[in-house]
Amino acid sequence: MLMHEMMVAQNLLVQITDEAVKQNAKPVAAKISCGKLNAVNDEVLCFAFEAIAKDTLCQDVKLEIEHKPLQAKCKDCNQIFNVEFSKPQCKKCESGDFELLPDAPLILEEI
Amino acid sequence: MKKIKIEKKILSENQKCSIENKSLLAERNKLCLNMISSPGSGKTTILVRTITELKDRIKIGVIEGDIQTDIDAERIRATEAPVVQINTEGACHLSAVQISRALNKLPIDDLDLILIENVGNLVCPSAFELGEAGKIVVLSVAEGDDKPAT
Repeated sequence: MLMHEMMVAQNLLVQITDEAVKQNAKPVAAKISCGKLNAVNDEVLCFAFEAIAKDTLCQDVKLEIEHKPLQAKCKDCNQIFNVEFSKPQCKKCESGDFELLPDAPLILEEI
Repeated sequence: MKKIKIEKKILSENQKCSIENKSLLAERNKLCLNMISSPGSGKTTILVRTITELKDRIKIGVIEGDIQTDIDAERIRATEAPVVQINTEGACHLSAVQISRALNKLPIDDLDLILIENVGNLVCPSAFELGEAGKIVVLSVAEGDDKPAT
């Protein structure tokens, strides 16, 4: 099955290559950040990237992936906390009534 | 080694295309919904039933996503609703550019509602905006009632 990480990897390859050509540089590493709901598996993404970057300008690029927590605001005590999927409740008052805050998008931070 | 700041959304191409789809639909005043669920939960059954029940009141068009086959599209076709099949050839989700092409093939001006049946997969399709006004999630409780609701 062709996973969505492949599409992420393809977009990454294009963006890194574009920037490297513009700067006339050889890319060696790229830092990515993503939220909880982007459903990106590090291992799969690195594998997909390695596969499509082979024999291109980006073949030596190492990916570093930073995961940002998903935050929510408690409707009872207004506390902002990081959501744990296995225990979805407010860290302060343990209320289960909370609103999810927007998840961090998938971003190519720097190369 | 030099560090270059980029700070660009990786899926910006999909995002851009989904916004184009959204404005096209808004201009023509059409409602578009994206149905997602795990395989076999009943997306197609709900679609067929909805089309049949609402046939005399609203005109519905369907964009049918599937990895390989057009079995589901055949079921929709039997209701005489216009349907466009997208085969993802192995990919786990529909992307906005596929929807853009499919919208061109549908007689949108004759329709009130466009329903997208995404690939049967509850994980990946949720990360790809298609330009829809909202999502319909079909949950199959037979697969377990202990899933955390997020």
